[in-house]
Amino acid sequence: MSAVTELPAEIAMSSATERGAVTAAVGQAPASEWIIVTRGIKRNYDMGGEVVRALRGVDIAVKRNEYVAIMGPSGSGKSTLMNMIGCLDTPNEGEYWLNGQQVSRMSDDELARVRNKEIGFVFQTFNLLPRASALANVELPLVYAGVPAAERKARAMEALTRVQLGSRVHHKPNELSGGQRQRVAIARALVNRPSILLADEPTGNLDSTTSEEIMRVFEELATQGQTVIMVTHEPDIASHARRVVVLKDGVVSSDERKEQFVERIAQGGKAH
Amino acid sequence: MPFLDAIRLALSTIRAQKLKSFFTLLGVTIGVMFLIAVVSIVEGMSRYMENDLVGKLLAVNSFELRKNPNINIGDVDESVWMSYRKRRRIMEDDVASVVAVLPPGTRWAMNSEDNLNVESRYSRPRSAHVFAVGGEYLAIKKLGVERGRVFSQQELERGDNVIIIGQDLQERLFPGVDPVGRELKMGGLPYTVIGIGDKQGSTFGVSFDNYVIAPYKAPVHRLLNRRPRVIDAVIVQATDKVILADASERVRAVMRARHKLHPAQPDDFSLETPESALAFFNKIKQYMVLAGVALPALGLVVGAIVIMNIMLVAVAERTREIGVRKALGARSRDILTQFLIESATLSTVGALLGIALGFVLAWVVTEVTPMPASVAPWSIIVGVLVGAGTGVVSGVYPASRAARLDPIAALRQE
Repeated sequence: MSAVTELPAEIAMSSATERGAVTAAVGQAPASEWIIVTRGIKRNYDMGGEVVRALRGVDIAVKRNEYVAIMGPSGSGKSTLMNMIGCLDTPNEGEYWLNGQQVSRMSDDELARVRNKEIGFVFQTFNLLPRASALANVELPLVYAGVPAAERKARAMEALTRVQLGSRVHHKPNELSGGQRQRVAIARALVNRPSILLADEPTGNLDSTTSEEIMRVFEELATQGQTVIMVTHEPDIASHARRVVVLKDGVVSSDERKEQFVERIAQGGKAH
Repeated sequence: MPFLDAIRLALSTIRAQKLKSFFTLLGVTIGVMFLIAVVSIVEGMSRYMENDLVGKLLAVNSFELRKNPNINIGDVDESVWMSYRKRRRIMEDDVASVVAVLPPGTRWAMNSEDNLNVESRYSRPRSAHVFAVGGEYLAIKKLGVERGRVFSQQELERGDNVIIIGQDLQERLFPGVDPVGRELKMGGLPYTVIGIGDKQGSTFGVSFDNYVIAPYKAPVHRLLNRRPRVIDAVIVQATDKVILADASERVRAVMRARHKLHPAQPDDFSLETPESALAFFNKIKQYMVLAGVALPALGLVVGAIVIMNIMLVAVAERTREIGVRKALGARSRDILTQFLIESATLSTVGALLGIALGFVLAWVVTEVTPMPASVAPWSIIVGVLVGAGTGVVSGVYPASRAARLDPIAALRQE
């Protein structure tokens, strides 16, 4: 049912032992092919006196060019993990290395810079600025990167062309369809050439046809070498990735190749 | 975020919500409007006082030795008038002593003046302001003739019955005829008109062109002061302020000596300068400027509160936008600047509107009241700065709230 393309042999997939070795080397900067390494990340929230342990020690290692889906039921901590990976939040304990930099101890301004340079966000609700044109929305990360206006425009045009929206750059979000809006958001995520594309339920507000269309865009980007991390609770969507990490109760409960995951689901296993 | 982008963003917000923006800006607009209007009116009045009123009565870099000051604006109470009455008069004999001590670089004149009835063959008798002048009176008062000629030295020295008249008097006494060479009568004696003076204009509706000027020694001077040998004023003009101050001190010394005053006694004569005549007006002007600043300030405070309120609403409405911006790499500082610029732009637009309305108000005041108004260029700059300042001040709190928002919570908000 899902339009799974055959995995090209050259796409890197790290083995479980390799990953284990990287996440175990506490305090050491990982080798440069590791774009994301978390070591024992813990995150607690104080909810009116009661401490909620959203993450209880997560070890994940992602190589450059991987296409990873993070799954989990609600309350599994996947949103918290996504906020960590997206540098919107920092862990109480543990290390997070993003593209060779330890993010877990950064100040707010440093985090803002890392978000700007290293991460391209794609949200479930698109989160485009309603009063700005598609072009202006895509330019936004470049504005905060301090890119001059002319270059900003050229790069935003290029990014919009990449998602086949070159002809609708002056439209406001409310003049675009859901799929087009999400493609504007993808263009915005890509415009600053981030290390990772971080998508949070990117198809949650789209119908199944449009979802497939957006998944094809992701597939294409992954094939072109873009590292993609996608958070979803839908197994169908997760099975577009090449690797599926399942989170449960704040820890990683499974971390398998897409094929293993699809087989497990086909045999009636629970996704989570 | 670059400055211009932030301003463009703010302007597009104003355009998108015209009515709301209008009400937001109303306070600042009214405040700045009154600021401009009040300052313009005060400025206009003061220019009028300086140039038209006092400037016409007292020449530049000059002082007038008189018994009492000629121009009394403001706080002259009963006791002052009493002391004025007791003063000794300025006499013809004083002139020579005063002139003798004047430093080089000065010139002098003397005059007596009063309203008299003047008759001509072409009209009924009219009242005119008659001056009997000596020294370089015409030169000091910058009075030239439009037609005819001025007095010759001999005419002045001999006290011939020759006169220069003002244009209003000419029209009233000699309707339809050229007065030069014709006679008019004052106190029953005939005088020959030799010149028509330049137009002086009017102040508060009183014409400065209804005058007769005669040489001091002409018989008419006896009609101007009831006591013999009494004169109204000795006028001294210097080429600059330093010489004027020196001349003033010398005249004071000689007059005190002539009046035999003890060192402890105050002067019993007045040395009147344009500055001394304007001293009281300048004091009033300070109060008016103060009021002109205090009243608009109230409007600005109200305006600032409204803007702060609107900005707080804007921050609440755009929480998600703030979250998105932060996710895309905006630092707290960028968000702070964005909202500060937005609120400053908003209130600067209000201030610009207020400046325009202030101009209109000042113009209306000039048109419908006798009060003159003149827009001071500095008040425009102050208006803009005050507007932007109000915006920044009222934007600080909302903007810092926006800047402090947690991106995760902001993104989650519906």
